[in-house]
Amino acid sequence: MNPIKFDPKAAPVNFLLTGVGGQGTILASNVIAEVGIGAGLDAKQAEVHGMSQRGGSVTSQVRWAPKVFSPLIAKGDSDILIAFEKLEAVRFIDYIKPGGLALINDHCIAPITVSAGNAEYPDDQTIHATIARYTSNAYWVQGQKIALELGNPRVTNVVLLGALSAFITLPEEQWLQAIARRVPEKHLALNKKAFEMGRKEIQFSQNP
Amino acid sequence: MKRLLSGNEAVAHGAWVAGVAVASAYPGTPSTEILEHFARFPGVYAEWAPNEKVALDVAIGAAYAGRRALATMKHVGVNVAADALFYAAMSGIEAGLVLVSADDPAMHSSQNEQDNRQYAKFARIPCLEPSDSQQAKDLTIAAYDLSEQFDTPVLLRMTTRLCHTSTLVEVSETRLPPPGPKPYPRNYEKYVDIPANARKRHLVIEQRIRDLCEHAETFPFNTVEMKSNRLGIVTAGVAAQYAREVFPEASILHLGMSYPLPRKLIKEFAKKVEKLIVLEELDPFIESELRLMGIDLFEGVDSLSDTRMPNAKSIFPITGELDPGIVRFCAEKAGLLEPPTTHRPAAVDLNLPVRPPVLCPGCPHRSTFYLLNKLKVPVNGDIGCYSLGVIAPLNAIHTIGAMGSSIAVAHGAAVAGDSERHVAVIGDSTFFHTGVPALMNVAYNQSNVITIIMDNRVTGMTGHQENPGTGKTLQGKETCEVDIEALVRSIGIDLVKTVSAYDVAAIEKTLKEWMKLDKPAVLITKEECALLPSARQRYYPLEVNTEICNGCTICFRIGCPAISKSEQLHEVYKRPLAKIDPSLCTGCEICAQVCPRNAILFRQQAKEKREQAEVKK
Repeated sequence: MNPIKFDPKAAPVNFLLTGVGGQGTILASNVIAEVGIGAGLDAKQAEVHGMSQRGGSVTSQVRWAPKVFSPLIAKGDSDILIAFEKLEAVRFIDYIKPGGLALINDHCIAPITVSAGNAEYPDDQTIHATIARYTSNAYWVQGQKIALELGNPRVTNVVLLGALSAFITLPEEQWLQAIARRVPEKHLALNKKAFEMGRKEIQFSQNP
Repeated sequence: MKRLLSGNEAVAHGAWVAGVAVASAYPGTPSTEILEHFARFPGVYAEWAPNEKVALDVAIGAAYAGRRALATMKHVGVNVAADALFYAAMSGIEAGLVLVSADDPAMHSSQNEQDNRQYAKFARIPCLEPSDSQQAKDLTIAAYDLSEQFDTPVLLRMTTRLCHTSTLVEVSETRLPPPGPKPYPRNYEKYVDIPANARKRHLVIEQRIRDLCEHAETFPFNTVEMKSNRLGIVTAGVAAQYAREVFPEASILHLGMSYPLPRKLIKEFAKKVEKLIVLEELDPFIESELRLMGIDLFEGVDSLSDTRMPNAKSIFPITGELDPGIVRFCAEKAGLLEPPTTHRPAAVDLNLPVRPPVLCPGCPHRSTFYLLNKLKVPVNGDIGCYSLGVIAPLNAIHTIGAMGSSIAVAHGAAVAGDSERHVAVIGDSTFFHTGVPALMNVAYNQSNVITIIMDNRVTGMTGHQENPGTGKTLQGKETCEVDIEALVRSIGIDLVKTVSAYDVAAIEKTLKEWMKLDKPAVLITKEECALLPSARQRYYPLEVNTEICNGCTICFRIGCPAISKSEQLHEVYKRPLAKIDPSLCTGCEICAQVCPRNAILFRQQAKEKREQAEVKK
């Protein structure tokens, strides 16, 4: 199938990345920002690190445009939501533009409130229904599963970047170059493989 | 060449370009990476100081010695360093001195969101506010020129959003030559801040701020961008970006120097526009100055005046961080913008489980908090990862204030005659920061406070910085290590013991014994942070013996992210059994020690079981 594509030369693109501290959202957002710069656009990448890195809920944001002012995206203004974890997808789904692209890693990390038995993790039906209220353009990616098959769960972020790249009208090579600049040489082959697997997920995907 | 740099990287780069020779800091989010990046440039000296006051004193000494100097800290660090800031503001310097204050609107990682521009006005020094990484670099360089031209320290005010946002910066390969060596000054009247001299110096610095006020009129980073005359916005810092984003038609006076203000420039700008507003984060710092100048500001048709606090702002909130959504909302409410034609997204109406940060799997602090909760004693906490001991299910901290406060707060409660036995918990780096004088006070005045120093061999929360206890400096040199136990003895506390932070029984036995003794005591729980590379090499996941586990839930009370309820129910009690996620478990064995049925295999047992399984295969 042919997913809807974003052409950053034609219109600005706002990305919101959400996940759990330690999942590599910051590296992914760095790569997205570099790709935007590589495409001749202005880009700003905002993150918050510190306390929330210790297994808390984290977000980072990237904006591409000929000239970017605010580093932050207003609620309802994100073209693309990339969620590294299902619950975090729901938590930040109101940032997405009506009908925007939600790219979700089909993976659950129970927060301590749930594992300690003080709260319930929403079931899949509730998660899908909530997301559907904001966009029908949601893609579920087996990021964690693919990364584990490749032997390292830490490349989940690059699998998701691969999936994201399939929605954007920029050459694959620009993504791979940006990844090469951010990833240590010895892990590069694995990361390239992760990227390819993620990209294929979308290219041959049956959803949404 | 242009590169994407975070605001923190850009300040470091600017400082290097400006020829800064000496930099000192105490780590604190969001400022930490400035020194980490600066320390890697060639030809510079950079150090971690034990606290912010020491850091600023060091920078002042270097600036007295004629070298450009830098001190960086988070906003609350300036409270610690304020004593030094005020005498340096009085004395002036021999070479440029810049203090970077990284404020934290929205309190992403802080106990308050104080607006440190107030310090500039308070100490009569200029305040510069970048609005992106390029300005962070440029204003850092400009700050040194300003510092030397006006013989004053300069406050460079960053915020979390600027520190941790990457934007394009024109990087320089060349550096201004660092100023040559100068003889240390013998200028008694200027540098000896005794009353007779200070009275004269006060007049000097009041004149200095008037001169700076004049200079601000032509300061190149105070810029006017005239567009429509219907709305004019005076703005500074990251708020200038929101102004341009949300009000593309408005005329903008963007202040790179937010103290002192260019009065003539502002008055002329005000005359040219029909409505004038101020857009700034946190305090009405610029807004109040404009009101004092008698400038008429637009209050809004539906202003927030009914809920307004004294001296609060007219249109935008005084609390929290701004973003384009908040700015637009407030502007619509004030009648500055038309309400949007498209519908605004409704908030997610589910009661989602919150995901607070937690102590990591394998964290050596976990055992102590589990026991303190069990002992039901009042615990006065401190600033660091171990603040997370407050979160359920540990629930083991009852007060947290500022760096180093745990010990003296516990002491205060004890000398007040509180009937409970007070405990203070403090990390190694926080103990070196301001815990030492407080512990000296406990010893000197003999209260029965039990102080637990959680020595995880690194400054943890800010991302693994060296400190006086680690044996290494910021620039990677081997050095001496503080012997905490010897230090505690030397100040007069003989009830002191070091135990492994993973030895639950030893910590429990010691605390229970000491509860019976009415004297000051110090327990050092020592084990390196589980995220350090050397600790990672020892990871070995444990597992639950499902034939013994009866689902009693005691292991859940340690709040380890690696332990959760499994799908499997106990045959008799029908309770879910515990399970351990092998991808998260480090093998610290705290859970194995607290399990009353020995249902969690210790490392050795898990190893034997896996070896036997291999043999069977």
